[in-house]
Amino acid sequence: MSPPSTSHTAAVAAAPGRGIAAWWQAAPFTAVFVLFFLVPLGLILMVSFWDFNEYELLPGFTFKNYLSVFEGCGNTADLCTTLRTYLSTLKFSLLVWGITLVLGFAVAYFLAFHVRSPGMQTLLFVLCTIPFWTSNVIRMISWVPLLGRNGLVNQTLIDLHLIQTSIEWLLFSDFSVVLAFVHLYTMFMIVPIFNSMMRIDRSLLEAASDSGASGWQTLWNVIVPLSRTGIIIGSIFVITIVMGDFVTIGVMGGQQIASVGKIIQVQTSYLQFPLAAANAVILLAVVLMIIYGLTRLVDIRKEL
Amino acid sequence: MNKTRLREPRPLSFWLLAMVFVLFVLFMYGPMLVIFVLSFQGPEGGLTFPMRGLSLHWFRQLAEGLGVVDIGAALRRSLALGLAVMACTVVLSVLAGLAFRKRLAGGNTLFFVVVASLIMPSIIVSLGIGLEFRLIDTAIKAVLGWLGLQETLEGFGTSLGLFTSALGAHLTWTLPFGLLIMFAVFNRFNPAYEEAARDLGATPWQGFAHVVLPLVAPSVVGIGMFGFTLSWDEIARTSQAIGDVNTLPLELQGLTSTVTTPSIYALGTLTTVVSFVVMGLTLALVWLLGRGRRAGAAR
Repeated sequence: MSPPSTSHTAAVAAAPGRGIAAWWQAAPFTAVFVLFFLVPLGLILMVSFWDFNEYELLPGFTFKNYLSVFEGCGNTADLCTTLRTYLSTLKFSLLVWGITLVLGFAVAYFLAFHVRSPGMQTLLFVLCTIPFWTSNVIRMISWVPLLGRNGLVNQTLIDLHLIQTSIEWLLFSDFSVVLAFVHLYTMFMIVPIFNSMMRIDRSLLEAASDSGASGWQTLWNVIVPLSRTGIIIGSIFVITIVMGDFVTIGVMGGQQIASVGKIIQVQTSYLQFPLAAANAVILLAVVLMIIYGLTRLVDIRKEL
Repeated sequence: MNKTRLREPRPLSFWLLAMVFVLFVLFMYGPMLVIFVLSFQGPEGGLTFPMRGLSLHWFRQLAEGLGVVDIGAALRRSLALGLAVMACTVVLSVLAGLAFRKRLAGGNTLFFVVVASLIMPSIIVSLGIGLEFRLIDTAIKAVLGWLGLQETLEGFGTSLGLFTSALGAHLTWTLPFGLLIMFAVFNRFNPAYEEAARDLGATPWQGFAHVVLPLVAPSVVGIGMFGFTLSWDEIARTSQAIGDVNTLPLELQGLTSTVTTPSIYALGTLTTVVSFVVMGLTLALVWLLGRGRRAGAAR
């Protein structure tokens, strides 16, 4: 992902007055991001240091909100709520990331290297994207008739005499949350990885095989490094979505599982905006660290 | 074991991955088809199989309303917001796409902000916009009090709303997609047509309206479709930024814990149908535009 090359427009840009015209064209677009992205982020940071009571926000400067977020976290024997919530959210992120990465890579690989005709490729690709256009909540609740206590899966297993009583952990559990995430967001992995794979020069694969590389060696030493950009983009998408999520964890966890996003949402519903803002700042810091680490990690491997 | 050479027997990895692909597609479609089928349950039917009869009962229930929720109003709000988001996304993305083709001071910074918005956890953006408008409310109330406009002050509710905060929240999500699509379009765009138009004496506006726009029209329609469908399903960015009323996905999310009849599946089927109608119309429009261009080229 980078701005388009501007070489062919250099002549256009050189004309006097063009820079100003470009600025005016980009102004409304820029204004949206200033008004609805940069200013709100600044306000979150500001309000996270404010005080509050039941009725209103009290401008000021206090670390009270941050202290209350980490209340009791000095105790190492018993993890405080905040740390436990972050660990649980991180656990979901890692699980979903791992599964979507392997699944997304396999699907993208199949589409990019095994499907031979471009027409078929497009068709199968579109087939994968269609469910993406259905509402996320609908896709979540569509698991209920399958996984519920009297759902299709339990009924089938009972009819086959594989189990005696219904399995309870299928729905409203960690399992159903991870399943829903994979169902909802594997597309975010497939698209960027497929995109990178389609740009790989096919003669490199022939060169690898002519040099005597096995299928696995070609995969690991040629295709994976060349799909790196797609893998990173997909990973960043999936991890940031899961880290901030409160809808999927709420619906598929039966409102029983805590997540960082959910804490923020609950605090705003009680109008505890400074607390929510402090939590948002911490969440943002954690997400940025993960993204930074992710890009580092891959760069290091490239250098080896 | 070369996987790309033609006219060779398929390697084992092909069959394994083909199986993964088929299972993946079943995994994606299976549950949705179940919902679709179950929404046609008879009046006696419940949330799971077996089917007890076949009827439109639960769609009628839906039309009569689910509890206290006015589905029709929520549907109209979501449609109105989706259309507004679509219009803004198309206009702003095309303008910004054009701007990025020229020398744009601060273009890299703007691009960085756009990508940051795309990967920012939505709850944070939503919280920030909610806060912003609450602080604006406080300011407006203070100004009204200072001006002594007591009646206006008492009548003032909040500046949070469908076409203020919620529209802005949705745009921070749809515009990055719009801009990335415009980049893809203009990367493949041949500027020779524009130069030809200029050589023939076209003004910049004529060059844009008669040359550039018709050429990029199918992609622009695609951006519109992206804008609408992303807004139509959006929950996380709307949740703190909507104010007193709710959009359809928010109502739907609330209903998942209260409604225990197949009418919620009927609602699911209905919203899916709307998405697909939008997609179908878009594809038809893209096809028509493409055909017009091909016919023009043949002439």
